[in-house]
Amino acid sequence: MTLPEEKLTKKQLKADHPTWCPGCGDFAVLASFFNVVQKLGIPHEKIVCVAGIGCSSRFPYFVNTHGIHFIHGRALPLATGISLSRPDLHVFVFGGDGDGFSIGGNHLNHAARKNVNLSYVVMDNQVYGLTKNQTSPTTPIGRRSKTDPRGSVDRPINPMAQLVASGATFIARTHAAQVKHMNEMFERAILHPGFAVVETLSECTMFFPGAFDSGNPRKGGAFNLVDETKRNMECTAEAMQLAEETEIMLPGKFGVYLESRRPTKNELENEWLKDAQAKVADLKPRDLLRQKFAAMR
Amino acid sequence: MSQPTALPVSDSLKNAVIRLAGYSQDGIQSIGAFLAQLAGSTAQDVMTYMTIPSTISGGPSIFQVHLGSGKVLHPGDEADTLVAFYQDSYQNHLSSLRDGGICFYDSDKVEEITEERGIIHIGVPFTSATIEAIGGTAKDRGKNIFVLGVLCAVYKLDREEITKIISKKFGGKSEDILRNAMLAFDAGYLWPVHDIDHMPMAPGENAEEKRLSTDGNTMLAMGLIAGGCRYGAGYPITPWTTIMEQLRSELPKYGGMFIQCEDELAAVSLAIGAAYAGHLAITGSSGPGLALKAEAIGYASMAELPLIVVNIQRGGPSTGMPTSVEQSDLMQAIYGSHGDAPRVVLAPRNVEDCFYTAVEACRIARKYSTPVVILSDQAIATRIEAFPEPDLEKHWDDVDLDLDERGVDFKPYPIDQLTRHSPPGSRSTEGKYPVVTGLEHDEWGHPSGNPENHAAMTAKRRNKLVNLAESLPRPEIFGDDTGDILLVGWGSTYGPIREATGKLRDAGHKVGALHIRHIHPLRVDLGELFENFSHVLVPEMNDSGVYGMGQLTTLLRAVTCDPKIKSINKTMGITFRVQEIVDAATHTLKS
Repeated sequence: MTLPEEKLTKKQLKADHPTWCPGCGDFAVLASFFNVVQKLGIPHEKIVCVAGIGCSSRFPYFVNTHGIHFIHGRALPLATGISLSRPDLHVFVFGGDGDGFSIGGNHLNHAARKNVNLSYVVMDNQVYGLTKNQTSPTTPIGRRSKTDPRGSVDRPINPMAQLVASGATFIARTHAAQVKHMNEMFERAILHPGFAVVETLSECTMFFPGAFDSGNPRKGGAFNLVDETKRNMECTAEAMQLAEETEIMLPGKFGVYLESRRPTKNELENEWLKDAQAKVADLKPRDLLRQKFAAMR
Repeated sequence: MSQPTALPVSDSLKNAVIRLAGYSQDGIQSIGAFLAQLAGSTAQDVMTYMTIPSTISGGPSIFQVHLGSGKVLHPGDEADTLVAFYQDSYQNHLSSLRDGGICFYDSDKVEEITEERGIIHIGVPFTSATIEAIGGTAKDRGKNIFVLGVLCAVYKLDREEITKIISKKFGGKSEDILRNAMLAFDAGYLWPVHDIDHMPMAPGENAEEKRLSTDGNTMLAMGLIAGGCRYGAGYPITPWTTIMEQLRSELPKYGGMFIQCEDELAAVSLAIGAAYAGHLAITGSSGPGLALKAEAIGYASMAELPLIVVNIQRGGPSTGMPTSVEQSDLMQAIYGSHGDAPRVVLAPRNVEDCFYTAVEACRIARKYSTPVVILSDQAIATRIEAFPEPDLEKHWDDVDLDLDERGVDFKPYPIDQLTRHSPPGSRSTEGKYPVVTGLEHDEWGHPSGNPENHAAMTAKRRNKLVNLAESLPRPEIFGDDTGDILLVGWGSTYGPIREATGKLRDAGHKVGALHIRHIHPLRVDLGELFENFSHVLVPEMNDSGVYGMGQLTTLLRAVTCDPKIKSINKTMGITFRVQEIVDAATHTLKS
């Protein structure tokens, strides 16, 4: 990682004051992102914040870096385009459970499978907040919302299990009320070469207050950590077991579920690019096309 | 092997239309492609036409080749020669032969039927003769090359040149394959054909120094490369797919890449990501895929990002007729999104024009920072034509990543100037970095719900296109620029309209033809050109709709308020015959 000329200050990184509701978990995620970016010393102009649609997807407006606020559910393929075409940049994707697991669900599988080099923070509040309290793909069964007045009936997504099954190479789970842990997860995600996801339980104080109290010791819950010393961090079977345990016994474990190394999409495409360019050697692009034309005569 | 009989020789032909009818696995496309390539390399002109079934393998298929010593503008209304591989291909396609035409059929597979109209039926055992020629392996692979040999002998085509083309095609494969191909070709070439004269093609008149022969999708892909596209993404769909296949292989040589995505939404998003990152990027599809990309195209319009979107139209709606041609996506290309989402739409008129349209699309996308849709169709995409090689000194753009520092007065969206972005990686003197957004925004890119701002920004995005329209060249009228009928066309109807114009003028009518590449924006003064004609007819391969107007006709009526503009519609999934346009025009003149 190239070191910047001068270290970024929080003042430089701050942009508009967030439009989130008072007490929203996303404030802590933003503060944690500032901390980690400062610590890692990423050059200011090389940071790109990408988001789709949703409360948490407003993230890029609150960070003074290059950013792009895209359409609902497509932040990952957009970020893939940035990451692959500009390997010099550090690409961060932010979004919520609706954006990432519902309307954009298929892109999550494929970004993971391709192992695109980027970091993805999902702020999971288990509810649609921006549209004011509808059921989300992670809403627990039985919870009432405006679209499920009798309580949600659909089995919620298990994000950890889905990510393991899709072939993500860095999968972590944290809690927005656990700042130190969140910092550590973000830092490790950013340093991971490949597709790194951190699911961050981030409370919607407006529509689903108390959703994550069971994982917050200050609210009488328990913040149970994954014991990495006792696990094979590259083993998908162990990670899947952990994901299933979390689903059965909420709030489940926090920490890194899986951390493995596989060539990234960026590396694989770049390899092809280098080979292709080596073959054409000194031919200028225009002459390359002329050569192609010659074969059509 | 039998000795060739010396046939009497007829006067040389200026044009020949050959239709090959069989099944898609018989390799009839390759005979057609060989003939087309031969035409290209012997200064002949050529246009092909094919139908392929929408199956992996098998199903009836035809390939028609129109060879000409001069210019060839259409694939031929009727065939001079039919080659039929099976009974059903024989029976179904005899009607495509002109009176007195020649039909070669595989006498191993086909029983001759008597037919009037003076057609000469010639049975040749394609299957058994091929098997015998290549050594009795009981396989008839190569009978297409045998037929190529027969046709080369009958039309006295350049044997040496075609041999070279076959060697080039099969040379890379095993020696056996090349040897078998040459054996099959020679057997066909030397096959004794009775009952007809040799019909030598007149020498080609198109002796330009370098001529290419290829299909429209290939030239579109090459045009995108020449225009500076280096990044792209797509999802397979017929007939767009061959563009993405070629870009996937070609772009890495130019330092770029093309990514196959999980779906159409991801593909357009990935391309927009590359565009945001400072590159000129391309995505593409056919009708159903364009519909899926519509939301993101609206984003690119709102955020004012340069983006090339290729749409190879096919028969619709829905899955429709995937391997047939139609021009029914025009409205979708112009308006397909939500909100007021202006974008540019260009349509190439033939294979050669695919290249120049792509280069122009790239220039417009970069200059105006806007999405540009290239609206081609299945006919242009798959047919082969011969044409002069583009001059890359004139038609080539190097596109550099602009990462210069942005100064204190930098505004991405100045209200009275064209948009210039600051791609990630570019430093800001002031230390303030922009967020590109699909929310309505002010000149600095900040989200804004201010009513006056929305009106001003909507106007800014629309006025780019107004300015572009004013800078467009006034389209030239072919034929008469005043008189009875003006034929107005777009896209692949170009050839048949030109030919029809010629025929109508030969018949003593005063007729002009106008072909529109810049579909959106249109030049607003087009109406002035229409004033000099009694009738304006628009042949379009789409439906006349509830109000009796095709899609371009609807637009032209809206722009010019001229009620004399009328459509000639065709919705059969096949291109216009010249005669159909001539008949429609004649009918209009009579009524």
